[in-house]
Amino acid sequence: MSDVIRLEYRDVTMRFAQGAGHLTAVQGVSIAVRDGDVVSLIGPSGCGKSTLLNIGSGLTAPSEGQAFVDGERVEGPNAHVAFMLQKDLLLPWRTVIENVMFGVEIQGVAPAERRRRAQALLENLKLADFAGHYPHQLSGGMRQRVALARTLAVDPTVLLLDEPFSAVDAQTRMVLQRELAQTLKRAGKTALLITHDLIEAVTLSDRVLVMSRRPGRIIDEIAIDIPDRDDPLKRRTHPRVTEYVNRLMDRLDIGAPEAA
Amino acid sequence: MSDASHASVVWRGTAASVALLVIFLAAWQWGPGLLRIPPFIIPPLSMVAEEAVRMWHVSALATHTGITAAEVLAGFILGSLLGAFIGYLIGMSPTAELALSPYILALQIAPKVAFAPLFILWMGFTVYPKILVAILIVFFPVMVNVLTAIRTVDPDLINLARAFKATRAQIFWKIEFPASLPPLFAGLRIGSTLAVVGVVVGELVGGNMGLGYLLSFGEGQANTAMVFVAILMLTLVGGIAYLLVILIEQRVLHYLPKRAMSGF
Ligand SMILES: Nc1ncnc2c1ncn2[C@@H]1O[C@H](COP(=O)(O)OP(=O)(O)OP(=O)(O)O)[C@@H](O)[C@H]1O
Ligand SMILES: [Mg+2]
Repeated sequence: MSDVIRLEYRDVTMRFAQGAGHLTAVQGVSIAVRDGDVVSLIGPSGCGKSTLLNIGSGLTAPSEGQAFVDGERVEGPNAHVAFMLQKDLLLPWRTVIENVMFGVEIQGVAPAERRRRAQALLENLKLADFAGHYPHQLSGGMRQRVALARTLAVDPTVLLLDEPFSAVDAQTRMVLQRELAQTLKRAGKTALLITHDLIEAVTLSDRVLVMSRRPGRIIDEIAIDIPDRDDPLKRRTHPRVTEYVNRLMDRLDIGAPEAA
Repeated sequence: MSDASHASVVWRGTAASVALLVIFLAAWQWGPGLLRIPPFIIPPLSMVAEEAVRMWHVSALATHTGITAAEVLAGFILGSLLGAFIGYLIGMSPTAELALSPYILALQIAPKVAFAPLFILWMGFTVYPKILVAILIVFFPVMVNVLTAIRTVDPDLINLARAFKATRAQIFWKIEFPASLPPLFAGLRIGSTLAVVGVVVGELVGGNMGLGYLLSFGEGQANTAMVFVAILMLTLVGGIAYLLVILIEQRVLHYLPKRAMSGF
């Protein structure tokens, strides 16, 4: 881990046209994520989390402010970032390994190298036996792991993860969380993780950022001071987890009568 | 469903189908006699079979069937290609959609078979007007299915490709085109049966070839058995066209779960 900033949002504001006027989704958000850090972003539904992810991946341009990845201003999709969503977005007509190779194929990596990378990732994620299967033959958890492999295959410095495990069952989610944590640690990747699962935010990250209701601003930042970031299952049992979760609930107004 | 229970369902279904066929054929053979329906209303099976043999030798049944089949094939292939092409074009270009959609809608509402006399006036008693009616009638289901497929591709999939810096051509060939194939084949299945309709109407309206001609000739002769033979041969031609589409579909869409694909 170094002090290099890998992902940065500088005073980002995003407005969408709505009817005659506009809707401000995010307002003056500044975030800086250092190399190798995992930062979680939590906030009420509709506060602009996914919007920030789209800005970071270069799919949408912010109304004001800038995003930087690896020190370069984001002006469109670029090879330094890759994202993963709640939906696995696997192509049903491609086998597992072909799905993993999708990104590198588009980026024009040589076929032999594509296959080598995909194979290695499948080994790591315990999917090697399923390389020739089609997505419909896999469970939800496995599909999500294939999506993770596809994201990692392009070897991005920054991963943007938008509720990646919210569609899988609780037990599979824990397994996937550990796999993600280990992979991020092993590869030294920087990640911004959007989640509604407070325990997931606490156990997977170095820091948690809390956003307000729309227009979304960063209203709190909590450094997670628990060891073993690569082992969320172990972290789960740490006594400080409850403390952090309570603080997050407090910041999110969960439990307050009007929030229900 | 387990493989074993699936197999038994298939077996029972097939057995029931065959039984129904036997009952139907028996009813056709002996039903008219029992119900005192005269042969010029419903000729029994054996009479239709005899007529088929007679037509084979005397009325060049094989040639007429071959002509109809060739027209169906030509109309189906050309109509599908045109429908798919326009579907992709409109699906990818909002400008093309705005420009073309009122005309396409108007053409879609117009009953296509009504163009048959017009085409015959233009092109005479050749195979071309029949093929043209078939093209016109096949065009729409194929185009509409392709267009809908292109429009309903998950935008997140497109964004995924864009995030990897895909070009417009890559997005088309790697996502939109393969995603459009299942609906395209659904359109082709419909198109394969409609092609027969288009060709027969063309043949009925004018000319002296094809099964449609035999149909109207038989009618003129009050030869009900001949009409039945022509209908059966038309069904056969349509059935073969449909089957061909399904065979190609099963090869192309081999990645789909087995039970998502059936004969219908
Ligand atoms: N392309 C768009 N056009 C118009 N409005 C948009 C667009 N994208 C997002 N919005 C609006 O911006 C706001 C923020 O949306 P966003 O998807 O970023 O929320 P979110 O924090 O990810 O919510 P959730 O937790 O439910 O996923 C919402 O009110 C949404 O309706
Ligand atoms: Mg979201």
